[in-house]
Amino acid sequence: MPYSINVNGAVREVDVDADTPMLWVLRDVVGLTGTKYGCGVAMCGACTIHVDGKARRACFTPVSNVGSAQIRTIETLHETAVGQALQRAWRELDVVQCGYCQSGQLMSAAALLEANPRPSDDDIDMVMAGNICRCGTYGRIRAGIHLAARYLNESTTGSGQ
Amino acid sequence: MMCRSILVMIAALGTSVTLAADLRPVSTFKKISNRTERSAALFTEAARVLEHPRCLNCHPADRTPTQGDDLHPHNPPIRADEEGHGPPGLPCNTCHQVQNTPTNVTPIESIPGHAHWMLAPPSMSWQGLTTRQICEQVKDPARNGKRTLEKIHEHLALDTLVGWAWNPGAGRAAAPGTQKAFGELIAAWIATGAACPADRPADR
Amino acid sequence: MSAGNPTGLSRREFLAVSLAAGGGMLIGFPLAGRTQTPTPLPAPSAFIRIDRSGRVTLILPYVEMGQGSYTAQAQILAEELEVALDAVTLQAAPAAQVYASPILGEQITGGSFSLRGAWATMRLAAAAARTMLIDTAAQRWRVRAASCRAENGRVIHSGGRSFSYGELADDAARRPVPAAPTLKAVDAFRVVGQPRKRLDSPAKINGTALFGIDMRPDGVLHAMVQACPVLGGRLVSVDPAPAMSVKGVRQVVKIDDAVAVVADHTWAALKGLRALSPQWDEGANRNLTTADMVAAADAALARTGLVFTNTGDVAKAEASAARRFEATYRMPMLAHAAMEPLTCTVKVADGRCDVWVGSQVVGRAHKAAAEAAGLPPDSVSVHNQYLGGAFGRRLETDYVSQAVLIAKQVKSPLKVTWSREEDMQHDYFRFHNHSLVSVAVDSTGQPQSWRHRVVAPNIMARWFPGFQKDGIDLDAVDAAAGPYDIPNVVVEFTRNEAPAGVNTGNWRGVGPTRNVFVVESAIDELAHAAGRDPLAYRQALMSKAPRARAALELAGRESQWGTALPARTGRGVAVFEAFGSHLAMVAQVNVSRTGHARVERVVCAVDTGIAVNPDIVRAQIEGGVIYGVSAVLYGRVTMDKGRVQQRNFDTYPVVRMNEAPKIDVYIVPSTAEPGGVGEPGTSGVIAAVVNAVYAATGKRLRTLPIDPAQLRNA
Repeated sequence: MPYSINVNGAVREVDVDADTPMLWVLRDVVGLTGTKYGCGVAMCGACTIHVDGKARRACFTPVSNVGSAQIRTIETLHETAVGQALQRAWRELDVVQCGYCQSGQLMSAAALLEANPRPSDDDIDMVMAGNICRCGTYGRIRAGIHLAARYLNESTTGSGQ
Repeated sequence: MMCRSILVMIAALGTSVTLAADLRPVSTFKKISNRTERSAALFTEAARVLEHPRCLNCHPADRTPTQGDDLHPHNPPIRADEEGHGPPGLPCNTCHQVQNTPTNVTPIESIPGHAHWMLAPPSMSWQGLTTRQICEQVKDPARNGKRTLEKIHEHLALDTLVGWAWNPGAGRAAAPGTQKAFGELIAAWIATGAACPADRPADR
Repeated sequence: MSAGNPTGLSRREFLAVSLAAGGGMLIGFPLAGRTQTPTPLPAPSAFIRIDRSGRVTLILPYVEMGQGSYTAQAQILAEELEVALDAVTLQAAPAAQVYASPILGEQITGGSFSLRGAWATMRLAAAAARTMLIDTAAQRWRVRAASCRAENGRVIHSGGRSFSYGELADDAARRPVPAAPTLKAVDAFRVVGQPRKRLDSPAKINGTALFGIDMRPDGVLHAMVQACPVLGGRLVSVDPAPAMSVKGVRQVVKIDDAVAVVADHTWAALKGLRALSPQWDEGANRNLTTADMVAAADAALARTGLVFTNTGDVAKAEASAARRFEATYRMPMLAHAAMEPLTCTVKVADGRCDVWVGSQVVGRAHKAAAEAAGLPPDSVSVHNQYLGGAFGRRLETDYVSQAVLIAKQVKSPLKVTWSREEDMQHDYFRFHNHSLVSVAVDSTGQPQSWRHRVVAPNIMARWFPGFQKDGIDLDAVDAAAGPYDIPNVVVEFTRNEAPAGVNTGNWRGVGPTRNVFVVESAIDELAHAAGRDPLAYRQALMSKAPRARAALELAGRESQWGTALPARTGRGVAVFEAFGSHLAMVAQVNVSRTGHARVERVVCAVDTGIAVNPDIVRAQIEGGVIYGVSAVLYGRVTMDKGRVQQRNFDTYPVVRMNEAPKIDVYIVPSTAEPGGVGEPGTSGVIAAVVNAVYAATGKRLRTLPIDPAQLRNA
């Protein structure tokens, strides 16, 4: 049946079965391919998106569950302060290798920083353990989250002066 | 005796376990004349649900849930806070939807889900406890969420998250019996004094 | 290395300079290796184009799969041509024989060859272009070329006037090619040796980078595929009706060994596939188990193999030995499990076939597509995309052939995607590898002879027949004796193939990954048996491997080798030479009472010659280490009844962030030509971890992966 969903600020009509995961709605129907398929069973985090600002594994989020929620994908992560800080840190530390998992890594990292602006190594490990990277960029992801947190903290204290 | 003979085979990582599919009804226990013994026997029967993997997996010994009929650690790794949710940035509902969700692949046929998907609080850790110890925990307001026995019955008999154990999604064996039959056992257990069974010799 | 011509070649033998189509200068050159320069030199396989606006395009036959090759290659060009790095655009070459690598004879990205292939000749080509641009400007100004210099994409006269390269390119293309262009001296490098930012990062952090799986030609439909779950089996029949009743499903397609469901979107295809009940002819492997394959490899250990190395007199040394050390090492079957499952998009229409894919072997993908399509190669185009990891899996073209065979039967363009489960079950696996090591030891514990029987499939016989010698897979025996002063050495290769239908292939670190585990485990055992410190024992045996020894000493210092550690924690070392690089690693591992090994830290010292981009060198070693740690802790593919038992990351676990060790990479300064760094991180860490487990627990594990049951309370 047709669903009206709000993706990156635009309303989209999609005509798919109720159980169709947002991953395939985004990639195959809407045409936003930044969100990746990795495992299909919520085991790797490559498909992470934000639903009303919270991380969700899109491979497991049926279109019928999202209703009128605001969906954000990697394509508009830069519109948030946290997203910008993370992308800047990712560039600064050259985190990526093959890059396939990085959309999901960034979306998970953004949800982490929104919920916990000053995460410890352990806080980062607990959240980011949900995202697999086979190129082995974990050390740089961890450093990138710390660096992004610092950028955000600097901009906050800077504007307050 | 009711349908004790109905058995289901559940494949669990190459090993098979055999679980009885039904609960014995309350009437089965009327022949136990001693009220306390009858109460303990009723709890022992109800504990076949409480000690079922569908329940134990979210009542782990530490703050890490387990999975499967072999109670292996949750993968991906996760650790819940005192309230029973994942760490900030990775709540349970990052993956667990408001309902069971099919994958269309094997062997992970579905991801379990419920609107209130969460881990039991630390006071309600059951893994590693004997049936007697679980029974005492369930009765103890300091460790059962300050519930009266009446509230315990209501929780076990009617709560839909408890009820998930009988509707666990494709690829998972349900807890024995039905929530209704389970609720009747709990009611009868309370009505007979809520006695706890003694530890079996092997448990001591 | 000094300025000059390191290849020993004159430019006339290989440089082809011409006016580019649309104006500007086009310089073609082959990607000849430093040690394997073939004669006569082949036609150009890479091109530098300088257009009239001054933009520089580097067309390379290599693919970007995360290894940072594009960035490092561009740095070499920017350095020698004297342009800014951001003025260089990388363009992947389409599939065509002209782009074949002269080292490998075809378009292959693998074996850590990319940078090694480009180094010498690309510098020379860029230096020639720079000289021609300077000469052109000097002629226009009527001044001596020596009074002009190239800088940041311009030729500047000592008086201050200047031309951009774009203004000079047309005329420069018509000039004679200089006989011996002067290369920049290493100490004048400004771009090479700098940790420049990767060129592919921006698109990979905002969702715009396009991988094979992201292709959406107009009208594309989506297919999911299932091959016979018993490896090597065939499809007998399938009733399409249950799939056709799923909303969005368009078609069920049968091929010889698989069934595919074509739909409007991937989920409908997956649901449709799930609804089917295909009848399979399970074939010869219907009863195959891992135990069968392990037993076959063990039986092969008893067979004398083909002799690869035979120096000194091993039999004599063995006869006079004070003691013999003998051990068997066993490595399991492994999957690649790249994050992007295999996928290929195909459009077959109007007598043409277009293929969009991420492949390490673009030329082979082209050939495979043409064969499957039944079209002449000229009617087939392969459009290579970013690879979402490869690790050797995308050196095969089975998924390309399969996608074309399916798409041929479909009217619309078609994207065929493998589920994670399909990707894991139908891999070209790293096969069971066993080794028998026998060492004659003198009374002081020094090795007098080294005998290593390598039991492995001959992958090269299928995959690259040129990389064999007398029936020996030269990769399988690579690094099989170690960098040590042992006077008498025999290395044998005993071929042990997988049963037909079980596909085997290359896996990150290839031969050295298997052999460094064996050699460095055995040397560790010898050191402990001799009562010596394992690092010092190695060091004393490395007079002929000064670069590796220097790396060993550096890794030892940086890891605080020899200092005290907490209980059940140990350090293990591995040192080796492979892929033109020289490495040492020290792993620090803690083993819990329950037998769980935790790799806490890995220190790696690497001498890879000139580190063209030291940050990419570090990243590659870090990534290789993580890949290897996954293998040593968890990696194992098992079979029962001919079916692979692992399906997803629950049953084939890989290291996650909470288990990722701290990794410190130290680069040994060097002016030698660059070596490869994509593979050796994986090759070294497995032995270092196993040796650390021994140091922590006293348990010597000779079978991979680590078995926690053996370490419980050890």
